[in-house]
Amino acid sequence: MYTFSKRLKIFSIILILLGAIGWFMSYSSSHHVGIEDVKVLLAEESAHGHGGHGETHAPAEESHDTGAHHDNAHGTDTHSDEHEGTAHSHDDSTHTHADEHHHNASHTNEGHGDTHHENGHGTELHEDAHHGDAHAEHVMHQIHNRPYAALYVAAFFFFMIALGTLAFYGVQRASMAGWSPLLFRVMEAITYYVLPGGLLVLLVAYISDTHVFIWMNENMSLKGHEDYDKLVAGKVGWLNKSGFMIRGIIYLAGWSLYRYFSRKFSLAQDNAEDDRNFKKNFRISAAFLVFYIYTESMMSWDWIMSVDPHWFSTLFGWYVFASMFVSGITVIALITIYLKSKGLLEEVNDSHLHDLAKFMFGISVFWTYLWFSQFMLIWFADIPEEVTYYVTRIEDYKLPFFGMLLLNFIFPFLVLMNSDYKRIPWFIVMAGVIILIGHYMDVYNMIMPATVGDRWGFGLAEISAIAFFAGLFMLCVLYALSKETLVAKRNPLIKESRHFHY
Amino acid sequence: MESTKVIHAIYTDDDVLMSAVKKLKAEKHHIEEIYTPFPVHGLDKAMGLAPTRIAIAAFIYGCIGLTVATTMMNFIMIEDWPQNIGGKPSFSYLENMPSFVPIMFELTVFFSAHLMVITFYLRSRMWPFKKAENPDPRTTDDHFLMEIPIHGNEEELQALLSQTGAVEINIVDKEGH
Repeated sequence: MYTFSKRLKIFSIILILLGAIGWFMSYSSSHHVGIEDVKVLLAEESAHGHGGHGETHAPAEESHDTGAHHDNAHGTDTHSDEHEGTAHSHDDSTHTHADEHHHNASHTNEGHGDTHHENGHGTELHEDAHHGDAHAEHVMHQIHNRPYAALYVAAFFFFMIALGTLAFYGVQRASMAGWSPLLFRVMEAITYYVLPGGLLVLLVAYISDTHVFIWMNENMSLKGHEDYDKLVAGKVGWLNKSGFMIRGIIYLAGWSLYRYFSRKFSLAQDNAEDDRNFKKNFRISAAFLVFYIYTESMMSWDWIMSVDPHWFSTLFGWYVFASMFVSGITVIALITIYLKSKGLLEEVNDSHLHDLAKFMFGISVFWTYLWFSQFMLIWFADIPEEVTYYVTRIEDYKLPFFGMLLLNFIFPFLVLMNSDYKRIPWFIVMAGVIILIGHYMDVYNMIMPATVGDRWGFGLAEISAIAFFAGLFMLCVLYALSKETLVAKRNPLIKESRHFHY
Repeated sequence: MESTKVIHAIYTDDDVLMSAVKKLKAEKHHIEEIYTPFPVHGLDKAMGLAPTRIAIAAFIYGCIGLTVATTMMNFIMIEDWPQNIGGKPSFSYLENMPSFVPIMFELTVFFSAHLMVITFYLRSRMWPFKKAENPDPRTTDDHFLMEIPIHGNEEELQALLSQTGAVEINIVDKEGH
């Protein structure tokens, strides 16, 4: 039995409180930023060349004036009829101009009617004073969006860990894996967070509203309205607030029901005379996996891809799945090592750790494969409405974008490649922490560019949001862990798991 | 000159074989070779064989493959005859790297897989038309054969082996290689 010590309990509650306080502080400070403050800020930034993030640019038009235009092919009309602008490929694709600014601009909705101003380079439109105001307002909205986006990123990240673990657990059940039953209670404890975590994601999405999900502005599908956007209007059948919430509740209901019954059968099996509960668990796990792979994909469109409502990618669901799967497995490994260090789970041997580390290694490579498949096709095809996604990230998010690749691929690949290292707990912990940081950055890269544009950072808002959800995650998971014995003792495969060696 | 006399102990079950191997190793006897119809998990460890170094070889071969792919494509696609494919940067390997990654990956895998197999054959001294070393064809079906060299301890070994559940114990004069 694991006992959730008072110290840890207090620690996680303090994390939650500090996180909440920090977040409200960042919220109120960002919402006191008015249009005049932004203008001062922008003036300062242009005085310093490009303030902020190295190669990122302050006002959109500036970088175009300074950035070398290799060819003039794009000097003509850069505005397409729709909101999607055209991306111009220069010899070097990294110089391709970001239309995402324009894209983000739609976030601001209120105020400036002609969002096209944000986009154009090669035109003189933005020389006028009106544009200055529009741009300042746009930046102000991005600054206002940041606390919401930070909260949403952290909420989703911790939820994703629990959901990834649930999928891993379902796979173990459905495949009747013999090595893993010793770890079932650890997995069940982590998946305890699926329901509260998922509801919180929905709640944060609901509260954030247009701060994160631009399409939640109903005027965007109102013909004749100044915020009207043809593409978003075309998607209104799927992308509407009530649909979003109903679907979210259906996904969560399905996952939580599976989790509830699987846990129930798993506990019932402990004191059972026969294997009926085990078999029931096998059946519902197989059904769950089918449900999961559809709903996970749809969830990734709803909860993540829709923050860029113009952009789409067909393998996005898989990509998010890889991210959550590897994060989930990593957390299973970390908690197992933690419990072992407390002298619990003494039957878990280094072969179990070896297997978990193999999964961490393998799924990290799988994640990279999907990341690259998505990136390479879009980069190669260079279709404007697709490529803006990467242009923004490469122009404005160079460090997190490429840093994430280093943390999620190169590092685990090299560190976990050697078979012997997969058995050394501190090696797994080190690689695991890096993988988790990397996948936080992955979620960050998915949400931030669409919500705060180049106004990103890692400050009070992000740190306190992480603290809040980390505390809540710890509280839920360790509480669930302390509720039951740590070994599923009557599982028919437990003997195989006990003797598992590689 | 070592004696070329060996004992061939034949088993019909891999679990029995495993416990026999453990028993022999516990009594500090050297096992020359074991012939099995299928890979027996954990046998190498029980026999006290040195761990395989094929993984290190595989890594090196992979690096060679990656290098070959990079050099080859850099020469073909960048230096020798830069081609404009879909307007992609054709004068810089680095900037056009994403389009080369699939080939870099494939050649890495290709080199490490093929060279690993070749290494394995060479290391096991197998090549085409080689006469089989297998002393008993039944080991390709359902029998396990353990070969133990005799150093004047014939009786002792025979007694020990018959205790371990061997179904047949033969003393063979091994032909010199």
